[in-house]
Amino acid sequence: MPRRNDITSIMVIGSGPIVIGQACEFDYSGTQACQVLRADGYRVILVNSNPATIMTDPATADVTYIEPLDADVLTDILERERPDALLPTLGGQTALNLTMELVRRGVFERLGVEVIGARPVAIATAEDRELFKAAMADIGLAVPESGFTHDVENAVTIAEAIGWPIIIRPSYILGGAGTGIAHDVETFRRLAAEGIAASPIHEIMVEKSIAGWKEYELEVMRDVADNCVVICSIENFDPMGVHTGDSITVAPAQTLSDVEMQAMRDDAFAVLRRVGVETGGSNVQFAVNPVNGERLVIEMNPRVSRSSALASKATGFPIAKIAAKLAVGYTLNEIQNDITKMTPASFEPVIDYVVTKIPRWAFEKLPGSTPELGTRMQSVGEVMAIGRNFAESLQKAVRSLEQGRPGFALGGSTEFADLDGDTLWHRCEVATPERLFALHEVMWRGASIDEVVARTKIDPWFIHQLAGIIERERELRNGLDIHDLDARRWRRYKQWGFSDPQIAEMTGALVDDVTSLRRRAGVVTTFKTVDTCAAEFEAATPYHYSTYEDSTEVVSSPRDRVIILGSGPNRIGQGIEFDYCCVHAAMALRDMGYETVMINCNPETVSTDYSTSDRLYFEPLTPHDVAEVIAAEQAACVDGARVVGVIVSLGGQTPLKLSHFLDSALVLGTPVASIDAAEDREQWSAICVSLGLRQPPGDVALTLPEARAIARQVGYPVLIRPSYVLGGRAMEIVYDDTSLGRVMNDLTSAHGSLAREGGVSANRPILIDSFLEDAIEVDVDAVRDQSGEIFIAGVMEHVEEAGIHSGDSACALPPQTLSAEVLAVLHESTERIAEALGVVGLINVQYAVKDEEVFVLEANPRASRTVPFVAKATGVAVAQVAVRVMMGQSLAELKTLGVVPTVATVRDYVCVKEAVLPFNRFPGVDIVLGPEMRSTGEVMGVGESFGIAFAKAQLAAGTRLPDKGQVFLSLADRDKVQGLVLARQLVELGFSLAATFGTAGYLRANDVTVATLVGKVGVADLGIDAVSMISSGDVHLVVNTPSGGGARADGAFIRAACVEHAVPCLTTLAAGFAGAKGIADTRAHGWRVRSLQELHQ
Amino acid sequence: MTYTTSTLVLADGTTFEGYAAGYLPDDGCTTGEFVFNTALSGYQEIITDPSYAGQIIVFTYPHIGNYGVTATDSEAQRPHCRGVVVRELSELASNWRSEGSLESFLRDHRIPALVGVDTRRLTKHLRTHGALPGAFGHADVDEIAAAASRAVGTDETDLVTMVSTKSPYERGDGALHIVAFDYGIKATMVCHLAARFRVTVVPSSTSADEVRQLAPDGVFLSNGPGDPAALGANVTVVADLIDTVPIFGICLGHQLLSTALGATTFKLRFGHHGSNHPVQDLSTGRIEITAQNHNYAVVPDSLERGKVSHVNLNDGVIEGVALASERCFSVQYHPEAGPGPHDARYLFDRFDTLVRTGEMRAV
Repeated sequence: MPRRNDITSIMVIGSGPIVIGQACEFDYSGTQACQVLRADGYRVILVNSNPATIMTDPATADVTYIEPLDADVLTDILERERPDALLPTLGGQTALNLTMELVRRGVFERLGVEVIGARPVAIATAEDRELFKAAMADIGLAVPESGFTHDVENAVTIAEAIGWPIIIRPSYILGGAGTGIAHDVETFRRLAAEGIAASPIHEIMVEKSIAGWKEYELEVMRDVADNCVVICSIENFDPMGVHTGDSITVAPAQTLSDVEMQAMRDDAFAVLRRVGVETGGSNVQFAVNPVNGERLVIEMNPRVSRSSALASKATGFPIAKIAAKLAVGYTLNEIQNDITKMTPASFEPVIDYVVTKIPRWAFEKLPGSTPELGTRMQSVGEVMAIGRNFAESLQKAVRSLEQGRPGFALGGSTEFADLDGDTLWHRCEVATPERLFALHEVMWRGASIDEVVARTKIDPWFIHQLAGIIERERELRNGLDIHDLDARRWRRYKQWGFSDPQIAEMTGALVDDVTSLRRRAGVVTTFKTVDTCAAEFEAATPYHYSTYEDSTEVVSSPRDRVIILGSGPNRIGQGIEFDYCCVHAAMALRDMGYETVMINCNPETVSTDYSTSDRLYFEPLTPHDVAEVIAAEQAACVDGARVVGVIVSLGGQTPLKLSHFLDSALVLGTPVASIDAAEDREQWSAICVSLGLRQPPGDVALTLPEARAIARQVGYPVLIRPSYVLGGRAMEIVYDDTSLGRVMNDLTSAHGSLAREGGVSANRPILIDSFLEDAIEVDVDAVRDQSGEIFIAGVMEHVEEAGIHSGDSACALPPQTLSAEVLAVLHESTERIAEALGVVGLINVQYAVKDEEVFVLEANPRASRTVPFVAKATGVAVAQVAVRVMMGQSLAELKTLGVVPTVATVRDYVCVKEAVLPFNRFPGVDIVLGPEMRSTGEVMGVGESFGIAFAKAQLAAGTRLPDKGQVFLSLADRDKVQGLVLARQLVELGFSLAATFGTAGYLRANDVTVATLVGKVGVADLGIDAVSMISSGDVHLVVNTPSGGGARADGAFIRAACVEHAVPCLTTLAAGFAGAKGIADTRAHGWRVRSLQELHQ
Repeated sequence: MTYTTSTLVLADGTTFEGYAAGYLPDDGCTTGEFVFNTALSGYQEIITDPSYAGQIIVFTYPHIGNYGVTATDSEAQRPHCRGVVVRELSELASNWRSEGSLESFLRDHRIPALVGVDTRRLTKHLRTHGALPGAFGHADVDEIAAAASRAVGTDETDLVTMVSTKSPYERGDGALHIVAFDYGIKATMVCHLAARFRVTVVPSSTSADEVRQLAPDGVFLSNGPGDPAALGANVTVVADLIDTVPIFGICLGHQLLSTALGATTFKLRFGHHGSNHPVQDLSTGRIEITAQNHNYAVVPDSLERGKVSHVNLNDGVIEGVALASERCFSVQYHPEAGPGPHDARYLFDRFDTLVRTGEMRAV
């Protein structure tokens, strides 16, 4: 069946901000879909609120809306654009839920829009657990015993009938939010209540737990002619009980016989057909009883998913791209296999390597959270590694995590070494981010495979593989002399996944000696190809991974090439924004005629789409692994071609750290020394002094006494931050000596939060600065060329005051309150700093403005997190400008080419970026913002005024500002004066007020009516308890500003209650004012939707 | 690491190094024609498939042996292949069905194995140069090289007689009776037939008259090893049976039926060996993912009677032939799926219908 010609325009919905459970994988899938549909001649209308994506680039779709993913907003857009069809299966759970809401409202019916890919009835069948269970019964497939309810007491009855342990799964949720396992009725009641609250339809499934069974996933596709294929099988290393997003997973399945595999395949197709996914990709999860092979269907997702992104990267089969083509009528045999270019997509990929995925978590950034894994997903990112066997892929995956571990093999000197046997076993039995390494320790101490299997339920095959690595590790550590190794033995160690630095550490040799001896023995790094077909057909697409074999497959070419270092796994502080920049680098370099080479290990991203660059190396971003790729690329240059250089400044801290290990002549753009100068306290201060720029006073310290001395000199509060960290890692503002002592002790301790990142040293001291209270923070992104000309790409004024991490703060572009004089100072200072640092490419400078005076906080001569936001807000592809400049083009030239605007444009709109925080995943973690970044993603609101843009950004981030009702104010003393102004504004807007005693007293004293007096938590004698009031539903907005000092008081309970009951909560006064303005402007003018293409005209 | 080193030499002199595993032959060397199979699972079924007689199987998936072996998964009483080449042979078998390790299975059945080889390089070599004869073993490299230069392929060799049953046997208790020619028949085929019919499995040398004496309602032509062009006598028997009884052929059986219908066969460069080949049923347009294992195929446009019913979507190779008027059809691939996907099992139903009604119908 060919392309559908009755459709001409298609709307695609993205997945919104990066949150836990929905990350870059939907940028990858959405971008692919938009590109492939456009290439086929359809008009594509895209809606997504996330500006950091490639999919929201104005060039990805015909019409791009960066608007909140909200049913009302979407209806406006549908009415405006009148697409023929809507494709909801590429934007994760968000897009599916939104689609179902629009179905319920009858919007599609009214506007004549056809939902393609998955019909609403199919979505409902897959998503509604009760319907799903019934559907499985129809086709004779077993599911875990369960019941459904909307009520806790009823849930208890069901649970007691099934028997413990019980798993609670809320309906219509993403990434397992609100899911949990209970072993007793007490825990069960709590989890059931949480689950009912988490479900948008307030329903939970109470299900028999099958923790300990083996877990599998099949990625399947179906076309309109009912042809079905399995793209990839995935086996979880962690047995059932850990969310698959938090599990170490391996592709293909390792321990299923063909008999079982084919039966599972039959079941998966039966599920696909019964649920009624007409076209596209789905994923079906199974549990298998290891004792008798009994197989249960766990769930299915009728859409592309995180697993399908992984499967696409693992096999080279682009599921999202094919799904989009299937949705418009093609059948699988009508679509070409991208990689072979000669065979059709109607086949099942086979691979000749092993793929391992390991998630990455961020518990260290979320004090109060428990680093225990369960049925709700908590990881913020993941790495994937490819090896010719499991051991190699596992060790590479561990290296890719960038957590200071050179591989799985760690010897006896780990953080587990001090643990007694029982504690260690406990660490092995309970799934945590560290379990893999606890397993190493317990096996290093001599635990048998059988014992480990019995205690952990991890499949013996995996444990046996781990034992194999440890056995080689013992050989290496037991006085092995690397000079004695012959080629065969070298090769065997390398094939077990040991890196040269690892072998060096284990044998006490130097890394360079290991590498040169190995090479002299004839064992060189080889690169094989991911080709969907295990070499049966020739591969036209060079997608490589390293291994140690006879032959390499990198094809020589006579073209100059540039290598781009990606940003590795998503983590808080380094995410999709940097992937966006790397992808733009590839685009610009291709345009300029270079061959582009990407190195990255994050399977979710667009950068690891093999079509983004000319060559993709799916490799760990470590000095050694990167050096091997560079050497391979240099070896593949013919006819005078060369590796022109390496781009290190677009992928965040990961490539910057690597730049120190590169030949400095290869580093493109700003020299490494300048990057270091900006990070080095003394050099940086010297630059500021020489330029006459004001800095908050401060100094560097290695010890507590040094820190105390600095604090005494500059006065409290002070801002404490380690150097060379990401996203304000371990940064704190302290108000007194006690807190200073606590923070310094933690930072300098051998087991403290910085221990694995290298701790504190003369090279990595702690910076201590005076903290400017109530200053406005400003971010400036600029590009400087070799001639010294500068292009100020964007000036962003933060909504929250200085002291809250810029990544967690909302900001407006253009700035809203800065005077022309201040702006002029910002421009000039940025230009002078860039000049002093010899910047060629991007620079980001952060300033604090207090009483019209400008202080420089820090400069980063590299891509910042805000680059994609600036690009979307201004219509200038800033990252591409930077890359062109790094390659030698001048800004003057780029102005002639139209890449850079010649005059500053006056815009009739304001863009607000808002951060999205993961607190709903981590009950118990305080939501107060601080200098350590904790947001996982961002959204952008666009409006005619700041208020509207802010309100839209809030909605996009999940906070709907109320139009009427009651606002609860609970303010710190220092905020009361300004709080009065806010209270008056709110009353003027028609809100009634509730307030805590202190706040209420101050307001009443100033003639502001406070309707409800709120008492201390747990002390209800003088007024309603704050938590009860929030849970009662009588409050529609909370403004709670924490008092300094950081003690957990009532505020923490108030904020936790807001998270639990989804009541909007603003934790700064600045956000309160912005919110009030948002409510006022929205009421006065309403919202209108405009596409980026219109805005940038 | 106390492994016995082992060397692989192809007839063109290309050499690969690895370690010996499985059975260590007394003369330190095994010879055969090297073919690669891309299936991710099903190694036991593949190793025991009699169609691999005379061949050495190279598995492209690097970990082989993970889930062990179990008696019910064997396609024949013993393997007929000449050796197995893998990247990693699992020392540990992990699966509730497992009755032992693959390595001991190989040892018990005297099948030599070679591990630690760059199987991807070997596969690419075979892809480019075609299935090649060669040798491997733990003997001196010179001896292996000499053996490799003497090794012969499967062309024009009758390997069928060697693997076929020596005497007839019966399976199943259906009302209708099928005679199945054993050219190297896989147990799964017998199983599918026996689920529907009373089946008499007969030696490949059985004559047409002997078949007629058994008064079958249908005749089944099984898979088997080697070159169909070397099996003139078997083709004559099939030709004699056409139009006297419904016939269904699989793999070699398909080649024999096609030859009997006037077609000629040719050797593919490296054959089709795997579980992921897309085949289109031209009568319904449906695509099925199929298990395949063949080195020879029917020459396009060489059929004098009958029409092409199935094609391979990867390379256009003829995958099925049907002649409704004379109640016979055959497929090149493996609908019985042992190992492999179950997509094409409908063909047994099609045969069932043909035998019952004399009509060839899409099911």
